[in-house]
Amino acid sequence: MTKERDDQNPTNDGLSIEEQKKKAAAEAKAKALELAKQRKAEKEAANPEPASEPELTKEELKKKAAAEAKAKALELAKQRKAEKEAANSEPASEPELTKEELKKKAAAEAKAKALELAKQRMAEKEAANSEPASEPELTKEELKKKAAAEAKAKALELAKQRMAEKEADAASTPDSSLEETDDLAKQKALAAAKAKAAAAAKAKAAAAAKAKMLRDAGESDTTETAEAGEDEKAKAAAKAKAAAAAKAKAAAAAKAKALRDAGGGEAAETAGAGDDEKAKAIAAAKAKAAAAAKARAAANAKNAAEEPAEPEKPSPNQPFLDTYVKVIKEQLGPHVLEDAYINKLSKDVPTLVAKPESYYKIADLLKHNEALHFDYLSEMHGTDFETHFEVYNHFYSYENRQSVALKVKIDRNSATTHSITPLWEGANWPERETYDLLGIIFEGHPNLTRIMMPDDWVGHPLRKDYEPHDVEV
Amino acid sequence: MIRTEEMLLNVGPQHPSTHGVFRIVLKIDGETIIEATPVIGYLHRGTEKLAENLQYTQIIPYTDRMDYLAAMTNNYVICHAVETMMNLEIPERAEFLRVIVMELGRIASHLVWFGTYLLDIGAMSPFLYAFREREAIINMLNEICGARLTFNYMRVGGVKWDAPEGWIEKVRDFIPYMREELAGYHDLVTGNEIFLNRVKGIGYYSKEEALNFSLSGANLRCTGTQWDLRKDEPYSIYSRFDFDVPVFHTGDAWARYQCRMQEIEESLKILEQAVEQFPEEGPVMAKVPRIIKPPKGEAFVRIESPRGEIGCYIASEGKKEPYRLKFRRPSFYNLQILPKLLVGENISNLITILGGIDIVLGEVDG
Amino acid sequence: MMQDLLHAQPGWMHVAIFFALGAALLMTVLGFVTYAILAERKVLGFMQMRTGPNRVGGKYALLQTVADVFKLLIKEDTIPKLADRPLFILAPVLAFAPAFMVLATIPFSKNMQFADLGVGLLYYVAISGISTIGILMGGWASNNKYSLLGGMRSAAQMISYEIPLVISVIGVILFAGSLNLNDIVAGQQNIAYIFLTPIGFIVFLISSIAELNRTPFDLPEAESELVAGYHVEYSGFRWAFFMLTEYVYLFAMASLTTVLFLGGWNPIPFLGFIPGVIWFGLKFSIVVFFMIWIRGTLPRMRADQLMGFAWKVLLPLALLNIFVSAAVKELFL
Repeated sequence: MTKERDDQNPTNDGLSIEEQKKKAAAEAKAKALELAKQRKAEKEAANPEPASEPELTKEELKKKAAAEAKAKALELAKQRKAEKEAANSEPASEPELTKEELKKKAAAEAKAKALELAKQRMAEKEAANSEPASEPELTKEELKKKAAAEAKAKALELAKQRMAEKEADAASTPDSSLEETDDLAKQKALAAAKAKAAAAAKAKAAAAAKAKMLRDAGESDTTETAEAGEDEKAKAAAKAKAAAAAKAKAAAAAKAKALRDAGGGEAAETAGAGDDEKAKAIAAAKAKAAAAAKARAAANAKNAAEEPAEPEKPSPNQPFLDTYVKVIKEQLGPHVLEDAYINKLSKDVPTLVAKPESYYKIADLLKHNEALHFDYLSEMHGTDFETHFEVYNHFYSYENRQSVALKVKIDRNSATTHSITPLWEGANWPERETYDLLGIIFEGHPNLTRIMMPDDWVGHPLRKDYEPHDVEV
Repeated sequence: MIRTEEMLLNVGPQHPSTHGVFRIVLKIDGETIIEATPVIGYLHRGTEKLAENLQYTQIIPYTDRMDYLAAMTNNYVICHAVETMMNLEIPERAEFLRVIVMELGRIASHLVWFGTYLLDIGAMSPFLYAFREREAIINMLNEICGARLTFNYMRVGGVKWDAPEGWIEKVRDFIPYMREELAGYHDLVTGNEIFLNRVKGIGYYSKEEALNFSLSGANLRCTGTQWDLRKDEPYSIYSRFDFDVPVFHTGDAWARYQCRMQEIEESLKILEQAVEQFPEEGPVMAKVPRIIKPPKGEAFVRIESPRGEIGCYIASEGKKEPYRLKFRRPSFYNLQILPKLLVGENISNLITILGGIDIVLGEVDG
Repeated sequence: MMQDLLHAQPGWMHVAIFFALGAALLMTVLGFVTYAILAERKVLGFMQMRTGPNRVGGKYALLQTVADVFKLLIKEDTIPKLADRPLFILAPVLAFAPAFMVLATIPFSKNMQFADLGVGLLYYVAISGISTIGILMGGWASNNKYSLLGGMRSAAQMISYEIPLVISVIGVILFAGSLNLNDIVAGQQNIAYIFLTPIGFIVFLISSIAELNRTPFDLPEAESELVAGYHVEYSGFRWAFFMLTEYVYLFAMASLTTVLFLGGWNPIPFLGFIPGVIWFGLKFSIVVFFMIWIRGTLPRMRADQLMGFAWKVLLPLALLNIFVSAAVKELFL
């Protein structure tokens, strides 16, 4: 049955995706080889750097990868241009083409542009190679692009020098403006980078494969979803590598690329780099692109990518939150709440963070106050956030048809809080479970014993620092 | 004067009517229960701990093992949680497929409940009738995803497989067939005097108690609380369908029975409409990254499973694995009221009450 | 023939003859039990739209029960460590023996009867009560709480239902004017007593199902509540004895119902050329089928409802039946 399905719907098919991946990977390798050869030539012409030295450090490898990627991108761009000219009338004449195709094309074009830009930048850089650091007022995208361009340029120019420079770069990256958003990731990447040299090399291959896939996708619409996934991966991988390799700049470049490539329409838009193709891609693929862009952006540069594109809309639940906060403050004083916000990720649920000492009072008020009257406990559990424990309650009021989440942060060393079982019987077992798995002690609970684990169990398994007592099992 | 003595009776974890490895320690006087202490955890597999080291897609098969009688809703709840966090838009066809398989799962789950409940009460035949119909559903689900119980069908962003050729027609044909069989159940069981005597007035609790004990699903609706997340906090595409939420007011096992039987009918209504509106073609998978990384933050979503309100809490650090994953498992919450209901009842009623709550131990123990 | 033997001078020859006849009856009964179990499974399978046994002994699984019994016989005999060993061993015997003893008075046809007792009916009721002791003993001796509860339920149930059972046949005794089962059958030459005392028949039928511990009155072994009730600790051939008891009682009770209410071996009019034993077998089979049918249809009653039903519904009905029967006898016969 699966076979049949494969044949019928290669798009949705794990197998076919894998096959495609493999193919892509194989092709990517082949290309990489070709590219490497070409590069050698190029390098010899420009700077005989990374391709020839597989034993080079990761950064070099990365740079090579980046270089290869660029080369590919160039090829792609060229091919695409040709393709586009050959078949570009299709997308124009066939508005029914899927967004993905458009996106891919757009991405390809974007790459081509990026390459062009990179070239231009090379010149620019040579003129003002320290720009990114000196121009913090540029938008991140611009910075990124510059950074990317620079990274490329450097990659070309500096591959050899880098061997020496890397160490210096590592130290110097913190200066760059990009780092503000990315430094955590970068630092991590850096830390990881050394151990990952081999992985990075692989990742490059993957990136190449992806690049190819993008190209292929431009031609055929069969593997859209797979590619979309791959693109992003590629980008992510590219990002990671770039970060590791070229540090801040390379990372920025990768990101910029990723954003651009994925049809991260918004990012591109704000950057002002949106040419026709991009614009098209944006128009066509906005929803998806937005989702993808968000996901990606969230990974590293959330604020940068999203804020300009999506101005904060006030949540429909904001008035409810305001009411709750008002009632609580009126009744219990102004300092009982640590925080109160709308959790946008969780269907806009109004979220209250109680101070540990006023947790029970607030819970009591939430249940018994006429205006609030949360008579139903929908969910209760705890989480180990390593710095502290957090107890999360989701209440619901059948009268007002309203939800609220009440959280409380508990000191990890003396993990004790008040039980809310006297208020909601339904919290009885969940609190026992929380006690069992996390070791949070609920004062006033009628029967706080282990519920999931045996009574003689040692430790609390859901704690992040839990180590099994019975190691041999 | 006869001197009587209380006796401890250990019901379970191996007992035909505890539906798995549930154990309840009874203190009985003759056959009258004085005190009941439930003991759970025999099937605790640490899903939540395991999930902390798994990617989101890898967690989905684990959810199949929680409520293994309605695994589709479990699949859905985690996908829905991640999708909510990532703000994904799901293709229309995928949403329809999800609704269809979830409603089929709901019917299958209620059928198992109906059959086993009657078996608990001592009638053998309804069990086999119910399982025959369930088998038809399971075969359909098997056809769409290749598994009979542990479906692993849904993915973040859609479903894994499109419906095979002619599958929708099978669902369409199933609806009138199921209606007919349902009428047969009512003939056989619903009017049976012995059955009515066994369930009427047994295991009563009020609406306030139900809310206080965090009951959900039919256990809550039997007390006259109009509450169904499909209707009241619509998710997926449930808002497009016209169906009723059966509510009864007597709060006893009889009301719970009626509730579930009518829910089968309502599910059939939803199925009927879903099959009617089923989009001819389209993707069944949204564009999602290969590696799913929800943004940093936390989310709690809840949906209506056959057993009640199933929820999923995710705390994400933006990585490919959840930082903390927590399921609100309806059976776990619903079971809490049991000790309270049992005091003063006899052992026969223990079976009626326990069966009426409709627990699945995989879900109770997480 | 039996009468002659019973009245003749006792001797070793008689012992041998009685033993041989007894063994023959036992074989017949075992044969019945074997195929009654198969029939029950097949009929239930048919009612539940499944096949039932269909492997051992051809398409109709004619040897299925034989294989089952054989398995039970060669199974390891386990006795719980803390059980009351002598009672545990005695209980199945005590349960089974009365089941077989009651068959002595049942007239299967005009000549096929072992003991034509004047108080045959009373004998039946009295002896069958002994089985309760066996069941209670087994439940107690197992030293298991479930079996104890099952044994207690069994005792309560049997005692409660014996009363309406006996009172419901008073109508029959009134019509026949005798406790002798042969006389009762003879009294139904023209009309079966089921038509004369329908209330009595219904009460008797319900009580007899309760006496047999069959669904919907299978509380003593209620598998979904008490796991297996009084025989939860029994296995192997001891368990087989309890099963045997149950099915021999089914045989005996169906025979008694046939004799008391359905006219025994009497043919229905104009079909007298068919031998009486076949008529008996037919009527008997209908009763057995009815009991299997009930089992496939109804849920189990609850203990308190069961007792309430016996004392509050069946007993008054049975008493009413006496008056109605007396009136019918006075006015119409």
